[in-house]
Amino acid sequence: MQKLLPFALLITIVIAIELITGWTDTRYYLTQMTMSAYYALLIIGLCVVMGYAGQISIGHAGFFAIGGYLSAALTTRNLVAYKDSAVIRTLDGLGLIVAGEDIYGDALMAVSPWAACILAVVTAGLIALILGIPVLKLKGHYLAMATLGFGIIIYRIVLASEYFGEADGISEVPPFELMPGLAVSGDFGARVSNYYIAWGLLIAGLLLLRNLIDSRVGRALRSIHGSEEAAESVGVDTARFKLKVFVLSAVFAALAGVFLTHYNGGIGPSEASVMKSVRYVAIVAVGGMAHLWGALTMGVGLNFLSLRGVFGSYDDAVFGVILIVIMLFAPNGILSLNWRDYLRRLIDRPKGSESVDGGKP
Amino acid sequence: MTLLNVSSLHKHFGGLHAVNDVSFGVETGAIKAVIGPNGAGKTTLFNLITGTLGATAGKVRFRGEDIQGRRPHQIAAAGIARTFQNIKLFHDMTALENVMVGRHLRSRAGFAASMLNLPWTRKEEQKIRDKSMELLDLLEIADHADVEATSLAFGQQRAVEFARALALEPRLLLLDEPAAGLNIYETAEVGRLITKIRGLGITVLLVEHDMSLVMDISDEIVVLSFGEKIAEGVPTAIQNNPEVIKVYLGE
Repeated sequence: MQKLLPFALLITIVIAIELITGWTDTRYYLTQMTMSAYYALLIIGLCVVMGYAGQISIGHAGFFAIGGYLSAALTTRNLVAYKDSAVIRTLDGLGLIVAGEDIYGDALMAVSPWAACILAVVTAGLIALILGIPVLKLKGHYLAMATLGFGIIIYRIVLASEYFGEADGISEVPPFELMPGLAVSGDFGARVSNYYIAWGLLIAGLLLLRNLIDSRVGRALRSIHGSEEAAESVGVDTARFKLKVFVLSAVFAALAGVFLTHYNGGIGPSEASVMKSVRYVAIVAVGGMAHLWGALTMGVGLNFLSLRGVFGSYDDAVFGVILIVIMLFAPNGILSLNWRDYLRRLIDRPKGSESVDGGKP
Repeated sequence: MTLLNVSSLHKHFGGLHAVNDVSFGVETGAIKAVIGPNGAGKTTLFNLITGTLGATAGKVRFRGEDIQGRRPHQIAAAGIARTFQNIKLFHDMTALENVMVGRHLRSRAGFAASMLNLPWTRKEEQKIRDKSMELLDLLEIADHADVEATSLAFGQQRAVEFARALALEPRLLLLDEPAAGLNIYETAEVGRLITKIRGLGITVLLVEHDMSLVMDISDEIVVLSFGEKIAEGVPTAIQNNPEVIKVYLGE
């Protein structure tokens, strides 16, 4: 029950924010809160891979992009030309094709958002599997570089291919109707419901990962971080566990990509850029690496500030600086700093003997 | 009955024969030690048995099955647990959690079940906890269960590592220099724990430098020198073996 207390608190805060923005007529904040929640979904997944299992990935924007781009392309690209092909007819027979008309009255056929979502997430998972088998044999810097390479490949692919809209990306992505009357979309009228969809998904994801960390699997993952050799010696199939958690995090990233793309009504190549991947790594580090709640608060907080434009044109630079400062001064995350102790030392300094030249022979 | 059988094992590193045609057996229920001067090939032999290294030639049979070439986690699954010379505990985890990882093979909750925290996984989790606590108790460190393992005293860390290895419920326990870094009191203490472990019906094979410990607790000793076996027998025979004396004390 004690484990559920923070969740109850989080839910209360989420509801309180919605109510307060309602009373103060500042509902526009909810838009960024919704987007931040989706980014945070990716970040908590990355946190489990990096912080707990100790495997770095500088390519998670790639998985986010695979999810977002695939579901955008599938739900917008007109399939009328292929309507007599066996694949499309089968999909249609299963009710996975949406037919309609575009603004000029021409026939339009596209994959339904549900089918596109599942396809996009499964594809991201499969790519993570195929990438992970060779790449997760690497350690430290080598793994970082290999995942970075993957991120660059995805970025160049979406930028170069006409199917993914080149530099323009894909726009006019339709709403994703989860159930009748509840759709993921950027409609102003649906702002509040979308806020709750995003946070509902994030909290559900957090609950699942929280359970995972406290389980047999979570201990195995942490043991890999501690000592791969010792983990193997007690029977942990380290290669298999690393691969599984990598795929799991890719699924979280892709799901975030799918939802945010439907919410924004589109996706552009910047979502696949390496700077995005670096940003996610920086946020996990600020949150304290092996700290799901830290990743969540920092993921929401920093993305919110970034989306509000607080960092201006220096957005990416700010995240670079954050990464450097954290690595230098608080490698265990800013939540781990003993603030009271820190402040006391700061205040005591004038009369403290250990200050200035203190202790040095 | 022979539990572990090493036959004609070879390991070459380039031109170096780190292990050269070594054969011996470990009887069920025995405490057997492998000794030898530095560079004799003890650690290499250990790594060949635990699957950290692959052999150039030869066989390692455990309960009649050839386990040579299997990966370390598969060898653990076969029933062989080990400890490390330079203790390898999982940092950022308590002593109890370290031992709980040792229950990995004796439990089965996977990703999906763990994330959903199903009732049966909760029950399993409780069993893992109880069993691990029991082992910490056996090794007389239950008081430190909730302390971060790597912050314990060296001797206590070694005991946690023993408990973690025992959590596998192994048939064979391999100890890599269990007295390394310990003072004489702690060494005697470790010797007592090893005898206690054998009392549970677990066969023990140890690689060790400390002569007093080896002579005290071993039923049989294998002596290696420059990768080759030069003697095998009961402690008293080894102590009086002229070849062994030559290797250890010089001519």
